[in-house]
Amino acid sequence: MEVKFINPFLEGTVSVLKTMAFVEPHPGVPYLKKGNAAHGDISGIIGLTGAARGSLALSFSEACILKIVSNMLGEEITTMNDDVSDAVGEITNMISGVSRKLLANEGLNISAAIPTVVSGRNHSIVHVLGGPSIIIPFSIAEGSFAVDVCLAEG
Amino acid sequence: MDKNMKILVVDDFTTMRKVVRNLLKQSGYENIVEAEDGVSALRVLKSQKIDFIISDWNMPNMTGLELLKAVRADSEVAQTPFLMVTAEALQENVVAAVKAGVNNYIVKPFTAEVLNDKIAKIVEKMG
Repeated sequence: MEVKFINPFLEGTVSVLKTMAFVEPHPGVPYLKKGNAAHGDISGIIGLTGAARGSLALSFSEACILKIVSNMLGEEITTMNDDVSDAVGEITNMISGVSRKLLANEGLNISAAIPTVVSGRNHSIVHVLGGPSIIIPFSIAEGSFAVDVCLAEG
Repeated sequence: MDKNMKILVVDDFTTMRKVVRNLLKQSGYENIVEAEDGVSALRVLKSQKIDFIISDWNMPNMTGLELLKAVRADSEVAQTPFLMVTAEALQENVVAAVKAGVNNYIVKPFTAEVLNDKIAKIVEKMG
């Protein structure tokens, strides 16, 4: 996967979570992912087609997503309930939207499918292209999450 | 601006409806009703007086655009201000929504200030 794909997803992630969840995610150093194991306890996955095709996944640790959803909803969420799954889908959708807009500015018009959400310890993320994918690790005070992108042009 | 106006929030994501409700409350709007898709929204519009509609674009059963067209085609509710919420501002979508009579659109993610500003501008324009 080309490096030029990384920044739009990094910027999109920070923008969405700052605006909707009032958290400041700190990005780590991106790296190539080996295997299908998810980084976190709950993941949102969305298929991408168009000038580039593949998929985007966001994978959150439990503590991290509980803080994010609590902030989004303005109420304290302490368990992994339906609201959390619903929010992960919507966050994935929004990050995909902002990132794709940034990619469109670079001449890459990409459409997105409807996100799906998978949860549970040790779940897998299987990308449309089969991999390999790039992980952009993020952290907030309460925990970590990862943006997992597998995208190829044409 | 009338902060007591009844606002209908339409979105298939429960969390997004709650988020929009919270943002509206931050701006002083308390009179809010919700619908989970376009079909439910039309039922709400038939059963009570709604002053303003905020609808997501991407929804199952009936999209935001289809809801907008249905609202504009119904003389009883056709004049209701309609703010479309989208995850992306694709030009063809914006053109289609404008043609169908949308009052304005807002791209996710957005703050309470941006949402309030969009509502205020629509209400001001409509007099």
